[in-house]
Amino acid sequence: MHEFALADAVISAALETADKQNLSHITAIAVRIGELQQIDRETFEFALKEVIPNSEPRLAGTSITLEVQHASFRCRACEAEFTLDQTRGPLVEDQLEAIHFIPELARAFIRCPDCRSLDFELLTGRGVSIDYIEGE
Amino acid sequence: MDPRLAGVRKRLAGIDRIIAVTGGKGGIGKSVVSVSLSLLLAESGLRTGLLDLDLTGPTDHVLLGLDFGEQFPSEEFGVDPMLVGGVRFMSIACFSKQSPAALRGRDVTNALIEMLAITRWDELDVLVLDMPPGLGDTSLDIVRLLERAEHLVLATSSRVVLETVRRTLDVLAQLRTRVLGVLENMKSDSSQAVEQLASRFSVPYLGSLPEDSSLELATGTAESLVRTPTARALREVISAVFPQVRGS
Ligand SMILES: Nc1ncnc2c1ncn2[C@@H]1O[C@H](COP(=O)(O)OP(=O)(O)OP(=O)(O)O)[C@@H](O)[C@H]1O
Ligand SMILES: [Mg+2]
Ligand SMILES: [Zn+2]
Repeated sequence: MHEFALADAVISAALETADKQNLSHITAIAVRIGELQQIDRETFEFALKEVIPNSEPRLAGTSITLEVQHASFRCRACEAEFTLDQTRGPLVEDQLEAIHFIPELARAFIRCPDCRSLDFELLTGRGVSIDYIEGE
Repeated sequence: MDPRLAGVRKRLAGIDRIIAVTGGKGGIGKSVVSVSLSLLLAESGLRTGLLDLDLTGPTDHVLLGLDFGEQFPSEEFGVDPMLVGGVRFMSIACFSKQSPAALRGRDVTNALIEMLAITRWDELDVLVLDMPPGLGDTSLDIVRLLERAEHLVLATSSRVVLETVRRTLDVLAQLRTRVLGVLENMKSDSSQAVEQLASRFSVPYLGSLPEDSSLELATGTAESLVRTPTARALREVISAVFPQVRGS
């Protein structure tokens, strides 16, 4: 996922929650994201600074943490389990970039390292979620 | 909580109308109509976007004659749609290029949400969605995520097409979606079957587009696509829906 889109989405979701729960200050947001999304932490932090409106008191000094969940796969053809690192070898930069934008494109470029099948399950490491939003 | 959904709401906030070109049956001209409709709206001065949602079989870039080369769409605060024939365009093919991606249902939903969350449409008068065939994940997700989408249902008078379109209209009605109307494509005789189907579901019959042998030659060039007999008929049809578009 694009770092700015992620930052924008997280901040929009936090503000929607604050509206719903009548929070006057959001103290902490915990974000969990799959490794497949290849989020660059520095870019994400920079993006957060850009997208948080200056005039938004509810987001002043909010702690925002990002936890990356390791990606693991299981081949549906031969049942081998593998990691993103094990498939990286043949991937060129453009393919990793495409997967960064749309992680489902893993299906276009990643193959089972054992049998070359394109039909595999993503056991972990996809998705974007907010574990919690804390406020008062 | 999936924050992408809040992101999607924000990204689409500047769009006035969303039109999903659907029909259920494959190969009845959804893509040709989506692309031609977008080009005609843009030509009339409307700020228009086109999103190819046929994630496993994208073809709008072929109709538009887009060569992605090595480039990815430019990015700043998100991903910018490409500009072609005045239309802001986005497709999964902008990223996957020539490589096919076989997707299961959950992947389709995820990829769709991801594309909606990253694309910066900014302000648009109309966003046209080119829907895949079938009544599957994409259709249900669009209904769920984009409640305000208006469905433009394509049909032909072929009995096998009518059978599928009937099921599509039935489902759209049960989901309480907005149906802009039924548009008949590839009309070559005086059959009134499509009109009758529309009236059975109390939705407008928008008119018809002719069987058009010039389409294949026009494929791949935006300027040619807006000059086909199909585009001429389509302009007439949409001038009733968009006052900004003038018929002939
Ligand atoms: N009015 C028409 N007259 C003649 N040919 C047409 C007409 N409309 C579409 N076609 C042709 O029919 C074929 C299928 O059209 P198109 O790809 O737009 O259908 P589709 O509904 O998008 O298909 P899919 O369900 O696979 O996405 C194309 O070759 C197109 O040029
Ligand atoms: Mg199509
Ligand atoms: Zn395998």
